[in-house]
Amino acid sequence: MITLDWVYIFAGLTFAGFSVLTVLDREHPRRFGTAAFWGLLATSFLFGSYLGDLGNGVLVLTLAALAGFRLLGQSRPATTTPGERAASAARRGAWLFVPALMIPAVAILGVVVLERVSLFGRPLFGAGQPTIVALGLAVALALAGAMIWLRPPLLAPLQEGRRLMDSVGWAGILPQALAALGAVFVIAGVGDRIGELFASYLPLDTRLLAVLAYCLGMALFTFIMGNAFAAFPVVTAAVGLPLVVVQFGGDPAIVCAIGMLSGFCGTLTTPMAANFNVVPAALLDLPDRDAPFNGVIRVQLPTAAALLAINIVLMYALAFRGAA
Amino acid sequence: MWVLLGIGVLVAGFVARLNPLAVILVAAVVTGAAAAIAPGVGVAELGQAALGAVAAFGKAFNDYRYITVIWLVLPLIGLLERFGLQEQARALVGKVRSATTGRILLAYFVLRQVSAAFGLTKLGGHPQMVRPLIAPMAEAAAETRYGDLPDPLRWRIRTHAAAVDNIALFFGEDIFFAIASILLIKGFLEANGIVLEPWQLAVWAIPTAVCALLIHGVRLIRLDRAIARESGREGGQ
Repeated sequence: MITLDWVYIFAGLTFAGFSVLTVLDREHPRRFGTAAFWGLLATSFLFGSYLGDLGNGVLVLTLAALAGFRLLGQSRPATTTPGERAASAARRGAWLFVPALMIPAVAILGVVVLERVSLFGRPLFGAGQPTIVALGLAVALALAGAMIWLRPPLLAPLQEGRRLMDSVGWAGILPQALAALGAVFVIAGVGDRIGELFASYLPLDTRLLAVLAYCLGMALFTFIMGNAFAAFPVVTAAVGLPLVVVQFGGDPAIVCAIGMLSGFCGTLTTPMAANFNVVPAALLDLPDRDAPFNGVIRVQLPTAAALLAINIVLMYALAFRGAA
Repeated sequence: MWVLLGIGVLVAGFVARLNPLAVILVAAVVTGAAAAIAPGVGVAELGQAALGAVAAFGKAFNDYRYITVIWLVLPLIGLLERFGLQEQARALVGKVRSATTGRILLAYFVLRQVSAAFGLTKLGGHPQMVRPLIAPMAEAAAETRYGDLPDPLRWRIRTHAAAVDNIALFFGEDIFFAIASILLIKGFLEANGIVLEPWQLAVWAIPTAVCALLIHGVRLIRLDRAIARESGREGGQ
C-alpha cells in the first residue's frame, strides 16, 4: 500500500540530497545557510510527525530566520551548455516531452483509476490525498524512465533539481506557511471578528448594496487571507446568507457559486496567494519576483477587476429572478 | 478586536518589503498573543499564548506538508532541461508558421480551462507546464517573428504565461461538480439547512467562465499587437 508517508520520505530524501550537495559545493555563495534551510525542510518531511507541535514550530521559526536574515543563495551547479542542449534536443526530438507529460498523465490516472485498485487484497493507495500520492508515484516512474533512457551522471537529477530549487528559494515553502497561518487565524477567530465588523458597520438596506458588499467582501477578504476557501464561510455567514439570500430572497445556489468566483478575483491580485502569484515569478526568473505586486499580479489585475464587475452584475441579474 | 493585529503585521510587513516568510511567522505569534488580551491578563499569560501560537503553527505546518511535495518534480524537470526540453519546446513553435505568443497562450488557456472543467486540475501548473513548456513556447513564437526580444518584453510574455495558467484554472474548475470549492459551498449550505446537489452550484460557474475566456482572450490577442509594436521591428510576414 502506497501512503502519503512514502511520498513524504521521498520528498524528505530529495531535500536532504539538495542539502548535502549544497554543503559540498564550495562555489555556493551562501553555502551553509542554504544547506541548513533544505536540511531542516528534509527533517520536517522525514521526522515531522515525531517532533511535537512546539518542535515543528521552532523548526519553522528557524526556516523563517534563515530566510529573513538573507542566508539563502543561488547555486550554479555544472550543467550542459546551450549548444549541447540544442544538439540534444535536435537528436531526441519530441520524445523529450514524454517524461514531462507523464506526470499529469499518471497523476490523473492515479486519481481516476489507481485509487480504486487493490493488490493482494489491499488497496494500492493509502487513505488521504490520492492526488499527492499519485504525483509522487508519477515523478518516481518518470524519473526512473528518464534515467534509463538518457543515462546522465547519477547525481544529475539532484544537481539539476538543486539548481531549480535554489532559484525558487524560500518562496518554495511560502504556500505551506500561509496555509499554516490560516489555521492560526481560525483558532484565534480572526475571520469571525472581520465578519462582525462587516455586518455591524455597513448599511446594507438595498438588494444592490447587499450584492456589492458580498462580492467585494469576498474579493477583499480573499485578498487579505490569500485563499477564497478561508474567506467564503466568513463572508457568506456575515453578508451572503443573512442579507442576500434570506432578507432579499436571492437564490442560494447562484449567490454562493458567484460569491466564490468573486473570491477567486481577489486571489489573482494578492501576494498572499503565494503558490499562484509569487512562486511562478521565482520559477520564471522575473526581476521583480520579490516586489509585493510583481509582474504576474499586475498582468492579472485587469482581468480580475473586469470579472469581479461581471460577477456583481451576474449575481444581481440572475439571483433574484424568483424573488418578488 | 485585538486579534486583527496580526493582519496589521502582515500588511505592514508586505509594505515594508520584509521577507514574507518571517513576516508570516511574526503575524502568527502576534495573532496568538493578541487573542489572549483581556482585562487582568499579565505578560506571563501573553507569553504563554505566543508559545501556543508557535505550537499551533508548527502543527498546521506539519499537517500541510503535502502542499510542498510539488517540488518533487524539479529533479525531473531539471534533468529534462539539461537534455534540451526548453530548446525542443522552442523548436516545435518555430515549425508552426501561424504560431504567435497570443495564440499559443490562448490555446493553452482553452485547454487548461476545459480540462479543469472536467475535473482534471492537475493538467497544468507552473513547475510542470509553464516553466518548462508554455513560457519557452510563448517566447519563441515572438522570437521567430521579431528576432531577439528586449528584456522587459520577454519578462512580460513570461508573466502572461503564468497568468494564463491561473485564470484558466480558477474559472474552469468550478464547473466540475466534485471540486473542493463546490464541495465547500455544499457543506456550508447544508450546515445552514439548505440542501443542494453539487451540479446545481457548478452550473452557475459557467457564465463567469465564458466571460473569463472572452475577456482574457481579447487581452491575449492584443498582446500580439503590443509585441509587434514593442519589439521595434516590423513583422516577418
